[in-house]
Amino acid sequence: MEILKVEGVNKSFGGLKALNNVNFSVEEGTVQAIIGPNGAGKSTFLNCMIGRLAPDTGTVMFGDISLTGLKPHEINQVGVSRVFQTPEIFGDLTLLENIMIPALAKRDGEFALHAFARVDQDAEIRDKATHMLEDVGLAEKKDTIAGSLSRGDKRRLELAMCLSQDPKLLLLDEPTAGMSRADTNNTIDLLKRIGDRGITKVVIEHDMHVVFSLAEKVTVLAQGTIIAEGKPEDIKGDPRVQEAYLGGAHL
Amino acid sequence: MDAILLQILNGLDKGSAYALIALGLTLIFGTLGVVNFAHGALFMIGAFCAVTLSRILTLSFTTIDPERTDFLGNPLKVETPYVESWFGPEIGTAIIDWSVPLAILFSIPIMAMVGLVMERGLIKYFYKRPHADQILVTFGLAIVLQEIIKYFFGANPIPTPAPPAFSGSFDFGALIGFDPNLIIYPYWRIVYFLFAGVIIGAVFAFLQFTTFGMVVRAGMADRQTVGLLGIDIDKRFTVMFAIAAIVAGLAGVMYAPINSPNYHMGMDFLVLSFVVVVVGGMGSLPGAVLAGFLLGILESFASMAQVVALLPGINQIIIYLVAIIILLTRPRGLMGRKGVMEN
Amino acid sequence: MFGLDKKDTSLFFLVVVLVALAPFLLNPFPENSELAQFNAGYPDLMQRFLIFGIFAIGFNILFGLTGYLSFGHAAFLGVGSYAGVWMMKLLTMNVIPAIFMSVVFAGLFSLLVGYISLRRSGIYFSILTLAFAQMSFSLAYSVLTPITAGETGLQLALDDPRIIGVSAVDGSIPAANLFGLPMRESFELAMGGWLFTFNAGYYLCAVVMLAAFYVAIRIFRSPFGMMLRAVKSNQQRMNFTGVNSKPYTLAAFVISGMYAGLAGGLMVAMDPLAGAERMQWTASGEVVLMTILGGAGTLIGPVLGAGFIKYFENIFSKINDNVLYEWFSALPDGLADVLVFVIHPFIGKGWHLTLGIMFMLIVIFLPGGIMEGIERLGRLFSRKKKSETPSRAAPAPAE
Repeated sequence: MEILKVEGVNKSFGGLKALNNVNFSVEEGTVQAIIGPNGAGKSTFLNCMIGRLAPDTGTVMFGDISLTGLKPHEINQVGVSRVFQTPEIFGDLTLLENIMIPALAKRDGEFALHAFARVDQDAEIRDKATHMLEDVGLAEKKDTIAGSLSRGDKRRLELAMCLSQDPKLLLLDEPTAGMSRADTNNTIDLLKRIGDRGITKVVIEHDMHVVFSLAEKVTVLAQGTIIAEGKPEDIKGDPRVQEAYLGGAHL
Repeated sequence: MDAILLQILNGLDKGSAYALIALGLTLIFGTLGVVNFAHGALFMIGAFCAVTLSRILTLSFTTIDPERTDFLGNPLKVETPYVESWFGPEIGTAIIDWSVPLAILFSIPIMAMVGLVMERGLIKYFYKRPHADQILVTFGLAIVLQEIIKYFFGANPIPTPAPPAFSGSFDFGALIGFDPNLIIYPYWRIVYFLFAGVIIGAVFAFLQFTTFGMVVRAGMADRQTVGLLGIDIDKRFTVMFAIAAIVAGLAGVMYAPINSPNYHMGMDFLVLSFVVVVVGGMGSLPGAVLAGFLLGILESFASMAQVVALLPGINQIIIYLVAIIILLTRPRGLMGRKGVMEN
Repeated sequence: MFGLDKKDTSLFFLVVVLVALAPFLLNPFPENSELAQFNAGYPDLMQRFLIFGIFAIGFNILFGLTGYLSFGHAAFLGVGSYAGVWMMKLLTMNVIPAIFMSVVFAGLFSLLVGYISLRRSGIYFSILTLAFAQMSFSLAYSVLTPITAGETGLQLALDDPRIIGVSAVDGSIPAANLFGLPMRESFELAMGGWLFTFNAGYYLCAVVMLAAFYVAIRIFRSPFGMMLRAVKSNQQRMNFTGVNSKPYTLAAFVISGMYAGLAGGLMVAMDPLAGAERMQWTASGEVVLMTILGGAGTLIGPVLGAGFIKYFENIFSKINDNVLYEWFSALPDGLADVLVFVIHPFIGKGWHLTLGIMFMLIVIFLPGGIMEGIERLGRLFSRKKKSETPSRAAPAPAE
């Protein structure tokens, strides 16, 4: 079953056509990667899917819900979570609080005036957050202020924040950008592990190593258009892809 | 028609003051990224430069005129200002009469010093602090500056007249073909408006046509990149702060005859100038000037008897009302750029 | 206890004890001693401590938790005051309905202002709140004179209708009371050279303030409070986490507006009049100062800040040159003159200068306010203790 279906999406910035009639779909329970050279429109595409940008034309359907025109928090509430290229976390709060917030948002909805409950006595949310932290290996740091973490840890924290919501679809924007090889491999392992939970994932990635270790299907975007789609091994050998990546440069 | 014209004219002088203060605020915000709540205090200090100079010029020594007596029959004490004894009574009196325009020269070095000391001594430590901290520390500074002025000059407004040559009004209506006495406008207000125009023009020309100005404009657009080019942008920004202080100070000097300086005039103008800056769009120099004149004129329209009869109280709130409407319909003000001051 | 954890319970009880015993604690100097002028234990000042404490606690719920800096909160205090006086004019001199309506009206007004202002953030939000407050201030002085009595301020009159109750008692306006207990009623206790005053109005303020403080603690520790802190930390992440931050900030805004109204209502209960100057932006600035000075985002900081400012305002503005000369009477004349000359600008009417300087110093060196200062001192002492232990142990082997 298709969990996400993007049809005929166009987006221009002034005279620049960032996305040109993009059609794209994701099967439930799979891991799909979007790759492409710099400036191919990957981030624009992602932003159109999650309501940060409104596409000029076209539809983005999540199951039978149209995501176009929804606000970011509404898109999250229907089950789409997102990991950002630079980790977006609550830098002034502790790790545990960082995870309790998305967990609360999942349980209580977009707004709940629980001004007289005790957050530290909410066992359900606390346990969930602690488990999540254990899952990503940050349990011993649960009372540290998140802003003081290393970049790799911040990324893991952000991932845990998204996972605590049990999303139906997880969008990852270059989850290993700026990481060391060791950290990258840890992240790949982590992402593989959470793959067991049956969460559908869309990964935007630069690093071919990551793409080929994770993805079951790869979509190649160049200059705002999809130029190839298929299994990783097929994509590897596709001359159009090599052309797009090397840009016809004479090496 | 004549009524409308009169209101436009009436709005010009206040609008000029708003525009000048807002221009300085925007310069500081655009270059240094600092929200300066003490900018109104600079305007006030300028006005008190005029007061101070007129006091210095009227410093007098006392002589006893044995040939005349006062009403008690004692020999008459005559106060003669030093300037009159040095330059002779005629030139001396003229100098005293012209103390406000002379204060322009007097205030430039003072305002430059105040600006430099403020920037080097306080503001530069706040470049990297949150905007809220900048607002708070400059707010504290504004209180301190106004209290210092109050300590030395007292709490009452100090009348500071314009030179007698400009003390009258002139019949602007008659000049352009209306009936006489319909559009009467004080000379000094025209002077103020023209003065403001010159200053604004000078600032824009400076930014547009000098290398220094070009670097500053580039820095306003993208500070980091300019820094990477090996240009010491900080030093230039310090100078810009001093220039902004001078602009505010001059606006204050020349405003002294229109509104007798008092210690809280800075705060009064600051609140409105901030509204002006925000309406114009944070960081946009033309926006600041445009919004300054626009709001000044609107304010004067709203105080027309007919308008007040129709909408009681509108004259008191028009600026705020317009600010609210503009901010809600054009989130970044009239000419603001995206992403400025939104966190 | 009371649904608070151990640390909060002890903090709350500490505040209860301090507030209850304030008439003793704030009057440490005997009545006839020279130092009696530093006493703060008289009803009027103690009431102000608590009332501004409530105002600052409420402001802190907005500014301290969400980071939205409002420059217009005095407007809500003003609206509350007017509503309170009108209740006393129209209904009864019992203070309960007056305080209740103050909160309701301030809440409604803050809902309106907040709903519009919160469409923007950052300095735009600050300017919007400032614009609303200045508008209310100007209107209270001009068009709304029938409701606000303009420059004279809204006062009780002998011919007020007062549905429950009487217009006048023995030809004068009846006193504000709590079910018959006049707010002005005081019990004086003379012990040795000391005179302690226990005032009914003060203890009403105390009960209300403690309740307000308790509610604030609960909000701070609730999921709602955590969400507000998250808004301050990263609003973008908040939205992508499925949280609609707007109702959260609006709720915080309205709650803090109601606190301001509560403070305004109490002011009226203590002294039944209301004036537009309470709404001026300088009054809004004052509550910002209190909150920052005490420590924004901390529980008790704003209360300390409010007490600090109100105390020094009161003391500093009372000191004049004569008082200074008395202090320095032991010093040689010349030196005393110099000292008085130097100190003179900062006292009496110069109190605002002192306040401005103090405020700048706090923002520059102690952005966390008094609370950060206390914390640093605490750390300093605990470090000393630690370093003392090994140094004591070191000489032992030599014996």
